[in-house]
Amino acid sequence: MDVTVTDVDAGRRPVTVPGLGRSLRAEEMVINMGPQHPSTHGVLRLELVVDGEIVVDIVPHIGYLHRCFEKHCEHMTNYQQVVPYVDRMDYVAAMSNELGYVIAVEKMLKIRVPDRVEYIRVIMAEFSRIVSHLIAIGTYGMDIGAFTPFLYCMRDREHVLDIIEETCGARLLYNYMWIGGLSHDVKPNFQDKTRAFCTYFKPKIKELNDLLSYNKIFIERTANVGVLPADVAVNYGVSGPVLRGSGLKFDLRKNDPYSIYDRFDFDIPAGKGLKGTVGDCWDRYMVRVCEMEQSVRIIEQAVEQLPAGDVQSALPKRIRPEAGDVYVRTETPKGELGYYVVSDGSATPFRVKVRPPCFVNLAALPAMSRGAMISDVVAILGSIDIVLGEVDR
Amino acid sequence: MKEALFDLLQNELFVYTLMALVPLLFVIPFALFAVWWERKISAHMQDRLGPMRTGGWHGWAQTIADILKLIQKEDIIPTAADRRLFIIAPYLVFAGSYAAYAAIPFSAAYIGSEINIGLFYVISISSLVVVGLLMAGWASNNKWSLFGALRSAAQIVSYEIPVALSLLAVVMVVGTFDLQAINQAQSGYFWNWFVFQKFPLLFLAGLIYFVASLAEVNRTPFDIPEAESELVGGYHTEYGGMRFAILFLSEYANMFAVSAIAATLFFGGWNSPFGEFLSGPFWGAFWFVSKGMVFIFVQMWLRWTLPRLRVDQLMVVGWKVLIPFSFVLIFGVGIWVLAAGH
Repeated sequence: MDVTVTDVDAGRRPVTVPGLGRSLRAEEMVINMGPQHPSTHGVLRLELVVDGEIVVDIVPHIGYLHRCFEKHCEHMTNYQQVVPYVDRMDYVAAMSNELGYVIAVEKMLKIRVPDRVEYIRVIMAEFSRIVSHLIAIGTYGMDIGAFTPFLYCMRDREHVLDIIEETCGARLLYNYMWIGGLSHDVKPNFQDKTRAFCTYFKPKIKELNDLLSYNKIFIERTANVGVLPADVAVNYGVSGPVLRGSGLKFDLRKNDPYSIYDRFDFDIPAGKGLKGTVGDCWDRYMVRVCEMEQSVRIIEQAVEQLPAGDVQSALPKRIRPEAGDVYVRTETPKGELGYYVVSDGSATPFRVKVRPPCFVNLAALPAMSRGAMISDVVAILGSIDIVLGEVDR
Repeated sequence: MKEALFDLLQNELFVYTLMALVPLLFVIPFALFAVWWERKISAHMQDRLGPMRTGGWHGWAQTIADILKLIQKEDIIPTAADRRLFIIAPYLVFAGSYAAYAAIPFSAAYIGSEINIGLFYVISISSLVVVGLLMAGWASNNKWSLFGALRSAAQIVSYEIPVALSLLAVVMVVGTFDLQAINQAQSGYFWNWFVFQKFPLLFLAGLIYFVASLAEVNRTPFDIPEAESELVGGYHTEYGGMRFAILFLSEYANMFAVSAIAATLFFGGWNSPFGEFLSGPFWGAFWFVSKGMVFIFVQMWLRWTLPRLRVDQLMVVGWKVLIPFSFVLIFGVGIWVLAAGH
């Protein structure tokens, strides 16, 4: 594990073979992980420089899924048309993406949306968080070699998707949150179904813990692997579960509350190094598991308090914000998602800049993986939980 | 016509070839069944149904359809691959696992070759698989395949030691390598099985054998050479069509071979668990295959439950846990045998 980056710069390094009495030239091998690799969670290419199984250096190559999101936004007919497009960034948690964008535009328009809208948005965003974390945890198990938890996670995810589907008709890309309101009000049985889901889901988290989280092999594979100390994490600007896994309790829902998150009672889980070092893969994984529990808590409270009202009463007739700019950051399942929207007073945004959490978190991958083994790279990458739709936009 | 046939049967070479093909009658239907079975087991463990359509009843014909599909596929050999090695490798892997069947005693009446070093032969011939895997990985000229091949070579070579040592414990008790003799030594009721003899020494030997055999056949939690989430497909990344099917077939053949050894040495082989009840050549084969199937089920059960170890952890388990334990075990069994005055 003493390999340093300077070795890579040299390219070759002499190796003394015992008994031979002279040194042989040995080279590190460059190997591509991806873009078609089962564990890069999409079309990410990692250029690995390996010395045997030890990873000496790692260079992520991105851009295979680049869709010109930001440029497209400038050529829409109006602000509302950007919403279905933000869905396609972090496609496993589309509601969270929409929430940030609509809050940003509403802030520019100085609209106050009805309470019912706020509550439904929070419920949907937390549903999104559960769905996203289920996928993250399930695929993480699969990266480590456990297949069954993935299927269990997909099964539980289905329950959430059913509720969302009943509300807005879509299961993955919703276009549900409109600027100033929602596309559909929830169905009359929404509260019952949501409560039923919460009671169904809580034991499933325990089942997941029994099957995967506290499995000896799983702990061996993830504890003390890919340690990201808190100071390094802050320097890289990582956010979300990756940052909290390093022991920092920083969550925008608490630290910079938006929407109505200040009305709910919930905790911010952070990595404690229970099975190894603070900031290892297991901590990041466990933060996600605990966050799902907290999301269920928020949903339960929100469903009880859900007020009556018309979800489309505040829809603006036309969306023409005054010239100016706004930056809104929200806590998506992956981390801090920021929208910097500039208006020139016309009906289309002059500029929409996104601060994507996955992209920033991915930058910390080399720092975590140097000196690890190839199998560890898979574990570390999985613990960052990237979605390439958001990394590349 | 009749005479020509008779002459042919007089020809030793022909007869030997024919005899060599007999285990195929078991291996191929078994592999077809086991693949389907594994799919069903994994599906039911994961709240799914698995194949349900092909063939009608619970998709029983799914693997047959798969084989037909694989046979029809284009035979792709990568341009950069070492053609000759690439072609030979799957057959070598299959030969290694298939040759073991020659000495496996299916029942009191049927054993391919009753040699007095049967166990020794099985242990050594199954090492041939490693050569094939290494060959497949190297010939593919793919870095991931090479990683898989190197990992499997390291793994199988290290795990052969605990496998052999744990089997030696039984050999010390019986005093022979002859698999039929080992079977006969366990006749009677199930408490005569070696897993319950010299308790708990041979039981532990059985446990060590089972764990090490999982690594021998690349099953979870030791499926590191294939580790699809790390190495794409390991040594068989570049294989497709019928060559892939052969690699797959030999994996399942190997699974049964190690299970058969476990059944023979520790669980009474073809002996009925209830003395004379349901014994005889036919029932012997029935008991033998059933016992093998139980082990196969456990292998599948583990595969769909456990995550995978890392390659260095695998070596730690092998060299620092299993091998020292099996040495201690052999020592213990030796003293016991000596004290009992055998």
